[in-house]
Amino acid sequence: MIAGWLQRYATLATTALVCLLLYIVAGSLYAGFFSPRVFVGFFADNAFLGIVAVGMTFVILSGGIDLSVGAMIGCSSIVIATLVEQAGWHPLAAVLLMLLLGALFGASMGSLIHFFTLPPFIVTLAGMFFARGMGFVVHEESIAIRHEFYPALNDLPATLASWLHLPDGGVQFVGRYLPLTAVIFLLVLAVGIYLAHWTRFGRNTYAIGGDEDSAVLMGLPVGRTKVQAYALNGFCSALAGAVYTLYTFSGNPTAGTMLELDAIAAVVIGGTLLTGGAGYVAGTLLGVLIFGIIQTAIIFDGTLSSWWTRIAIGFLVMVFILLQRLFQRTLGSARRRPS
Amino acid sequence: MKRRQGQRRSLSMPRIVWPLIALALLLLFNLFFTDGFFHIEVRDGRLYGSLIDIIDRAAPVILVSMGMTLVIATAGIDLSVGAVMAIAGALAAGLIARPEYSVLSNFDIGGSFAVALLIALLISALAGAGNGTLVTVFGVQPIVATLILMVAGRGIAQLLTSGQIVTFRHESFAYLGNGFFLGLPVTITIVVAMLLMIGLLVRRTALGLFIEAVGDNPTASRHAGVRPHFIRLFVYSLCGLLAGLAGLIAAADIQAADANNAGLYIELDAILAVVIGGTALTGGRFSLLGSVIGALLIQSITTTILSRGVPVQYTLVVKAAVVIAVCLLQSERFRLLIMHQLRRDGS
Amino acid sequence: MKGVRKTFPGMIALDDVNFTLRAGEIHALMGENGAGKSTLIKIITGVHRRDAGAILLDGQPIEAHSPAHAQMLGISTVYQEINLIPQLSVAENLHLGRQPMKLARIDWKTIRRRARESLARLELDIDVTRPLASFSIAIQQLVAIARSLDVEARILILDEPTSSLDENEVKQLFTVMRRLKSTGLGIIFITHFIDQVYEVADRITVLRNGRLVGEYETAQLPRLELIGKMIGRTAADTPRPERARPHGVTERNIFLQANGLGRKGSIAPLDITAHSGEVLGLAGLLGSGRTEIACLLFGLDRPDSGGIAVRGRKVRINSPRKAIAEGFGMLPEDRQSQGLVPDLSLRENITLALQARRGWLKPLSRKRQAEIADRFISALNIDTTNAEKPIRFLSGGNQQKAILARWLATEPALLILDEPTRGIDVGAKAEVEKLIASLRDRGMSIIFISSELEEVVRDSQRVIVLRDRAKVAELTAEDITEKRIMLAIAGSETT
Repeated sequence: MIAGWLQRYATLATTALVCLLLYIVAGSLYAGFFSPRVFVGFFADNAFLGIVAVGMTFVILSGGIDLSVGAMIGCSSIVIATLVEQAGWHPLAAVLLMLLLGALFGASMGSLIHFFTLPPFIVTLAGMFFARGMGFVVHEESIAIRHEFYPALNDLPATLASWLHLPDGGVQFVGRYLPLTAVIFLLVLAVGIYLAHWTRFGRNTYAIGGDEDSAVLMGLPVGRTKVQAYALNGFCSALAGAVYTLYTFSGNPTAGTMLELDAIAAVVIGGTLLTGGAGYVAGTLLGVLIFGIIQTAIIFDGTLSSWWTRIAIGFLVMVFILLQRLFQRTLGSARRRPS
Repeated sequence: MKRRQGQRRSLSMPRIVWPLIALALLLLFNLFFTDGFFHIEVRDGRLYGSLIDIIDRAAPVILVSMGMTLVIATAGIDLSVGAVMAIAGALAAGLIARPEYSVLSNFDIGGSFAVALLIALLISALAGAGNGTLVTVFGVQPIVATLILMVAGRGIAQLLTSGQIVTFRHESFAYLGNGFFLGLPVTITIVVAMLLMIGLLVRRTALGLFIEAVGDNPTASRHAGVRPHFIRLFVYSLCGLLAGLAGLIAAADIQAADANNAGLYIELDAILAVVIGGTALTGGRFSLLGSVIGALLIQSITTTILSRGVPVQYTLVVKAAVVIAVCLLQSERFRLLIMHQLRRDGS
Repeated sequence: MKGVRKTFPGMIALDDVNFTLRAGEIHALMGENGAGKSTLIKIITGVHRRDAGAILLDGQPIEAHSPAHAQMLGISTVYQEINLIPQLSVAENLHLGRQPMKLARIDWKTIRRRARESLARLELDIDVTRPLASFSIAIQQLVAIARSLDVEARILILDEPTSSLDENEVKQLFTVMRRLKSTGLGIIFITHFIDQVYEVADRITVLRNGRLVGEYETAQLPRLELIGKMIGRTAADTPRPERARPHGVTERNIFLQANGLGRKGSIAPLDITAHSGEVLGLAGLLGSGRTEIACLLFGLDRPDSGGIAVRGRKVRINSPRKAIAEGFGMLPEDRQSQGLVPDLSLRENITLALQARRGWLKPLSRKRQAEIADRFISALNIDTTNAEKPIRFLSGGNQQKAILARWLATEPALLILDEPTRGIDVGAKAEVEKLIASLRDRGMSIIFISSELEEVVRDSQRVIVLRDRAKVAELTAEDITEKRIMLAIAGSETT
């Protein structure tokens, strides 16, 4: 029983341990690291990475990969900004449209990948070019968003809190410690966990990533599920673009450059196998947190330049991959054919 | 180099046909619609013209694609080539220019380009070998193993240049990017030379056979006495080396090392070139020439678009469309679908 | 099924085949390789579409469009490679695609409970929360069968279910099958193990070359006649190479001597001696360790104990490359994953090991390659129109011969053959046995591993008997009989 439990949660536990360790080390090195503000920052500042990573988790679980997410963030943000500032749309309408477009975009890539058996790497690569290009086509430079709805939107959690008649202290707490971006991230995370563990779609995704041929023979809706996974990811990246506009009050076609790498790194560090079929959405959360801790620590340090984040993340990915290999070799159990 | 014709899939044409057709169509298009596209003039004993330009600009991609072809043939992939390009450029520029903000200023190589070149190429090959070691000795998946260097490598390049763009003035170095040899840009000469060398290396020795065997069925290859580890280590190292060379050319071109932008997204272009050229991502049979054609195709698209006066952002969109088109044409299912449709309409 | 016909480009896979399955019976479907068994099954299960003929279930015509659809119609298949998801739990595997839901959430508790109940019906009591891959193949198979039953199969197709099972597991499977039969399920049992057919099948259908040979009651069909129907000749015509002459072997001829060679968890330390000009047979049941010894000798595994000496000289073989350098060759048991390089041509596959030994700097010219390949193509009678096609287009038997050719091309001093006749038709089997004898006569040392006892008896001069990963006996000359070997395996004293 223990062996089974261990087998299943080993990598997740390791990631959690590393996350905790990093947090403690950073906190002991830098004064003020343990403050609640910093903690909230992990969620709020990395919200778009986190949202994208949740979507990416599903795609990777299904055995695929999606390189277009970063480009989609840029495209999404500039489309929203353009619609709002230049076409006079209401932000909510713009965001909703973009979410729909994102999902459709993902679905199209998923369809090409499945129905014509094209390699996911290539198709989503083309998707990345396409999205990035379309972003620039819509508007070459960044646009600042001045619509009055935006600040109101940011204050939404606090507004809701006072609407719910929470005491003044409570409203302040919500306002300081539950910024909208973080809330959206947590919501997406919660939905992700629900989808992964309590819906047929989620379990089918795991099955397809585990052994696609068997999944077909078992009668699972492989095509539909794959397309759904990519659509979900497209939705998430469009949403991340919307969150980006919330965070920066602007839309920028260059936003999200190389973000897909960070997302993949977060998913991998979180314990999801790149081959698919194994991993947890909660792991991705841990991966994003680790990313946030490292980045914040480097800012706190002041002497280290930002590119150390890249080196640290690369190093961590390597450590985790090697650990995964170690676990696979010792606890792995596929029986060989006897003779 | 060139695949033996007509033997791979008995029901369809060799995959190299499609990119060739695409390239031919593109050139044809330019012949009719772009003035002076095929115009080549000779000035001071040197050739100039759009065509020359295409090959010149495509040089880094072509070099990287060659290395990528062999890696993909072993059923692997190398995402770190862009980062390695940046590192190579940063190393060479830093060792030559020795700006104070860079840690490289501590090394005195006497301004010798040869030494800088050697060091940069050596480190690049070692980086590739590092990837190869992760893949062979530690059994890490190629995507992940090279992802590590892709993420960390750019950070390392930035570390070497302290985030600045390092400019240099050095005649020999600049010659690499802008000089001419026998009337053609040096870059073209280098590309042709490497193509010949590597082509001979894989087709005149048994290396090509071993690479294809390892990519197709590594277990059976090992069983037959091939050393998959050795083969993989070799191709990743070679890929790193070629990336380094491409990085030097890129740096020489602008006489500066830009750690942020050097080789940005070039791995994607290279993988595209390889796939367009007919080598399957799953490994096995490969075609160096096909990848070269693929790289030329990609570069031609960019040049065609620019020369038509279309804003540069459309390049990306068009590249995307071309990629999808070529992949679809190579997809068995798509062709069957089209033939089915044509037959229906015909009858 | 009536008058079913199916063609593929260039061949007729099935021609006017009839097949009838009754409820509550175990019906064996037999035929040599290429007979059409798997094509027939693929048509029933919706993987292929038939070109002509009718399929009726309970008298009603049906047509499965896909495996999923076939399942809905009540036709379930359990393949040799367990087609379930290894990383997911047993309970989940049983319910994938039809998980019970409670308030828009998957009801895991019910899943676990139902899983235990399903498995209990097959007398299986295991921890259903553990990943499927952590159990043995036999148990995984039972889980696959349980899943079929859960989706209310009327017909259960078992495709070579016993190939990876040991004797006890086979018995367990048969008990389950008999119980299922009594509930009215119709079972199609595809196998090539003749003993098993006689043990558990009610009726037998034999296919040959895409045609129906006949449908028989097991009780009324003697074994000899069955074999005759499968190969198309009566037993009397079966070419049998002459009984191997006892060969004079002396200390001089020892090629390989391994003492105390063993590996934890794989094979207990044993001594093995191979002489030049002799065929050494390794006999034993599935799982007894025969392939494991071969892997140790050939450098695919590292031994924990003991050493190997070649012609008196101690050697350390830690990779196939080293083994090949010492003059070994090995025809692997699983030619698909360990032998073939599918996209390379026949010619390249045949010359691969030879080229590997020569090294990358000394390539064989196209001409030389063709010469060598052609020599073996004709010697082994490999049926192919063009040696340039990727080898995956060749039939199983020819692929086997190609890999054999690969090793013969290296002219080894010691050739290890692991199940060389598995999966090839009877005619080719005889050719291979003749070849083995002639190689032996030319001085090659041969280690011959086969599950077919009569082959081992017929072709070997000495036999090492293995049981449960340990050597239990070594027989020479007149002692080599099927009875003696079986006794040794059974464990009683040999007189």
